[in-house]
Amino acid sequence: MTDTPQHGANHARNPGMALDTAMFEGHGVNRTAAERRAAQLTTRRTVKKTWQAAWLVNAIRCIDLTTLAGDDTEGRVRRLCAKARQPLAPHIMAGLELDLLHTGAVCVYPTMVGHAVRALKGTGIPVASVATGFPAGLMPLNLRLAEIRYAVEEGAEEIDIVITREHVLNRDWSALYDEVAAMREACGDAHLKAILATGDLQTLRNVYAASMVAMQAGSDFIKTSTGKEGVNATLPVSLTMVRALRDYRDATGHDVGFKPAGGMKSAKDAIAWQILMKEEMGNRWLQPDMFRLGASSMLGDIERQLVHHVTGRYAAAHRHAIA
Amino acid sequence: MPTLTEILETMDYGPAPEDAKIAQSWLDKHSGGFGHFINGQFTKPGQSFSVSNPATGAEIAQVTQGAAEDVDAAVKAARAAQPKWAALPGHARAKHLYALARHVQQHARFLAVLETIDNGKPIRETRDIDVPLVARHFYHHAGWAEILADEFPGATPQGVCGQVIPWNFPLLMLAWKVAPALAAGNTVVLKPAEYTPLTALALAEIAAEAGLPKGVLNIVTGDGATGAAIVGHKDIDKVAFTGSTEVGRIIRRQTAGSGKGLTLELGGKSPFIVFADADIDAAVEGVVDAIWFNQGQVCCAGSRILVAESIAPRFTHLLKQRMAKLRVGDPLDKSIDMGAIVHPVQLDRIASLVDQGKASGAAITQGTAPQGCFYPPTLAENVEPANILATEEIFGPVVTLTTFRTPEDALALANATNYGLAASVWSENVNLALDVAAKVKAGVVWINATNLFDAAAGFGGYRESGFGREGGREGMMAYLRPARPGKPGKPEAAPATPDPLPALSGPAQPIDRTAKMYIGGKQARPDSGYVYQVMGPKGPVGMAGLGNRKDIRNAVEAAHKAAGWGKATGHNRAQVLYYLAENLSARAEEFADRLHSFGQSKKTAEAEVDATLRRAFWYAAQADKFDGAVHSTSNPYVTLAMNEPLGVVGVSCPDSLPLLGLMSLVLPAIAMGNAVVALPSQSHPLAATDLYQVFDTSDLPGGVVNLVTGPRDELAKTLADHDDVATMWYFGSAEGCTMVETASAGNLKQTWTEVAGIRDFTGPAGQGREFLHRATQVKNIWVPYGE
Repeated sequence: MTDTPQHGANHARNPGMALDTAMFEGHGVNRTAAERRAAQLTTRRTVKKTWQAAWLVNAIRCIDLTTLAGDDTEGRVRRLCAKARQPLAPHIMAGLELDLLHTGAVCVYPTMVGHAVRALKGTGIPVASVATGFPAGLMPLNLRLAEIRYAVEEGAEEIDIVITREHVLNRDWSALYDEVAAMREACGDAHLKAILATGDLQTLRNVYAASMVAMQAGSDFIKTSTGKEGVNATLPVSLTMVRALRDYRDATGHDVGFKPAGGMKSAKDAIAWQILMKEEMGNRWLQPDMFRLGASSMLGDIERQLVHHVTGRYAAAHRHAIA
Repeated sequence: MPTLTEILETMDYGPAPEDAKIAQSWLDKHSGGFGHFINGQFTKPGQSFSVSNPATGAEIAQVTQGAAEDVDAAVKAARAAQPKWAALPGHARAKHLYALARHVQQHARFLAVLETIDNGKPIRETRDIDVPLVARHFYHHAGWAEILADEFPGATPQGVCGQVIPWNFPLLMLAWKVAPALAAGNTVVLKPAEYTPLTALALAEIAAEAGLPKGVLNIVTGDGATGAAIVGHKDIDKVAFTGSTEVGRIIRRQTAGSGKGLTLELGGKSPFIVFADADIDAAVEGVVDAIWFNQGQVCCAGSRILVAESIAPRFTHLLKQRMAKLRVGDPLDKSIDMGAIVHPVQLDRIASLVDQGKASGAAITQGTAPQGCFYPPTLAENVEPANILATEEIFGPVVTLTTFRTPEDALALANATNYGLAASVWSENVNLALDVAAKVKAGVVWINATNLFDAAAGFGGYRESGFGREGGREGMMAYLRPARPGKPGKPEAAPATPDPLPALSGPAQPIDRTAKMYIGGKQARPDSGYVYQVMGPKGPVGMAGLGNRKDIRNAVEAAHKAAGWGKATGHNRAQVLYYLAENLSARAEEFADRLHSFGQSKKTAEAEVDATLRRAFWYAAQADKFDGAVHSTSNPYVTLAMNEPLGVVGVSCPDSLPLLGLMSLVLPAIAMGNAVVALPSQSHPLAATDLYQVFDTSDLPGGVVNLVTGPRDELAKTLADHDDVATMWYFGSAEGCTMVETASAGNLKQTWTEVAGIRDFTGPAGQGREFLHRATQVKNIWVPYGE
């Protein structure tokens, strides 16, 4: 197995561009049609047997293993990092004939970044930090930018920022653009993943427009949700965002990654979102530098499925190392 | 087999075969061949033909070729079972249909796999679309059986139904035909397509398992000859056919004059219209669901993409990208988008049409397909209107792409076809989408969607896509005879041949009056230059113009120019009809005198005028009330069933009741927005010609009603032959009925034929909702919601 490419390994960062509202204003997104397509993704495609196992392993490579809870501690983060380094038990790895596998990243709050960096030292697994007043983002801009700088200084290589939803709901595109551009600057070499909080944006037209502004402002990734909204990652929303990044690429030549986050709990979800990426974007977007799954409990279900694949027996959660 | 590590490099989907073991064991059990299912049991296999799996070419079954005696036996069984089946309380029939629905669900996977093996369509479709819709249809119609007496008071079943269905949705088309027929109290003799008879035979077993009484459903297998034997069987009361327009035309001619009910669901060349403000990705995906669904073997497939010039490059780019992603292959694989073409004969036909199209200048782009009976998804650009790919129903995964400039341009292109089955309209502008939906000539319109089906919505076409609807309330009506109040009368005598020679005497008139034709709101001299004598009891009472085919031609042209009438509001039309009554009332005495001059008593003449006045009021009242429905289908769609006028209605009137007979037919037609070319009573047309001044003073727009006097059957033939007449109502002789039905096959116009004299126009049978149904066709518009 080749080493999994990490962020920035294979492609130039998205430099962004000047705000161009013509690229999204008046862009129709028909919800009924999007829902119909989303529903068909998993009825038109499936993976079975070894293919299913391979796709689940690939999902692990793309997981941003996440803990974003008020009771996070150093110990909790260490445990999570251990799971990120060794997501599958050795006998399962052996059964799959794999010798190297880790998650795409670990994602934590800024004050936990230091713990995570230490725990992951030497693994090549990047630490991602949420920032900018996550999850609501309603803090003064200077504090939000300072938070980004703090996380980067602590060693975060990826910053998951939240946008100000008000700018989208009020169609203040230049304010949104300026905000994300400032955050991108604050990130420096760290990659910026723009969380659109699509559950708050409600309409798919808003989702498309916000995606486009975030990309124009230089986001390396666009991400659906904080995990704290009422509705988090859904396939129709993801479809809309992925089509936006395809349109952005077609218009500018710049590749942007995609990260659905929140609400995805099962191995089935892991397959569904990969089918979406393969169908809409192709294999390139199944690599961890272009695609991440923001999830915490999904890994456990994937593990159970892989145990079944290897042993032929159904698994019990308590028999696996917890994150 | 690749290793997991290798798959991580390719991220291929890999094989995902559906297990066919159980369907295969069923085929093995029947390896001795299938007989017909007649009177609740299978007959011994007779002279048989082989059925193959198109994906592999392997023979999978031997099926009996139905002979005339098999059809006869099936019709006898259906006839014997029908009275008892119809006499069951609705609730009892509902329980049977409910049981069928449940058993279809219980055997859903078996039926899906069997259908895929037999037909070649992907398991995704049989599993997610065909079979669930089959169950839905039986459920829905269990409901109609339950409430039939409440919802269709007085209506009676047609009797024994002969049904011939196609190979593209074998089990679904069976359900569409059988469920409403049985719900209404009919019994059925059904012939599945020779390529795909297996799920019908499986359903016969399932029906037996579910306890359906014997003889209620009979399945006879065979080819076109078997179908013709069913259609032509003298003891079949109603024929329902789904298939090609070509065969539909043959059936129309074959059944002409037989008195059989007939519904035809035929071909299409449906437009798929993408406006500049559409969600382009949604529309691209719509094309996949339209023409790359069931290998394009879908009568309502959106096979003509019409796209706004301004977005055509981007749309085409995305469409080609999407097409390249389609997976064609083993239909039992769960990750396959398109399976096998049903039969090598069809494959050759598709390939040949594409070759011809290419030779005429079409630019062809194709996806990939494996060897065998498979055809790749195909996009044809640079297709001129006369290219065979633009006109012929290909019935394969081939779509044409043409650009338009304006909505008007799009509609002109959309409607430039002999067909009128379905249309798909893509726009984020609700005004534009609904405007186009209203103006496109199609029985089903999907806005921002395509190929949506539900048992509660009517399905069926305009023009040469056939007539009659399947599904919903309108579908039930195709299997019922409306209540006919009153006693049937005696056929009226044939009118005397018009005599164009000068009469030797004439009536005393203060000033001589000349009755002409009434065309386009003007009185027109007969093209022939001749008149004929109109007789009273004691000799001639006047002269009428001797109409000929050119008068009909002119009248039809004038009627088309009055198309604005169909767009007027119901209230506007009602006002005109009330006004017409008002003006007729002012001259009631004159009309009564006229009728009296033909030999009626004063009293009956007055009664006829009075009945005509009442009728004008009744249809004026209905003009803004006979409206459509919102069907309860699937989320998130509003399904609007709109009653639309047919267009130009040809009306041939009974010879008796010269005023009431005419107006009983003209009033409902114009109340619903049609324009009429009417042939008044041949013997006594002068009551009709007196109406010109009434029409003129009642604000009736010119061309809405056109009257041509003269030899009824000769003129009716010209009307029935006319390709620009949408429907023909004929009240006359039995031979005339046959003639009209035969001639109507030309453009497959709807017909309503009755031997004049049997229906009592003076009583309640002379007016009612039946007339309004005849005067309208239902357009189902699916409107999505949700932002």
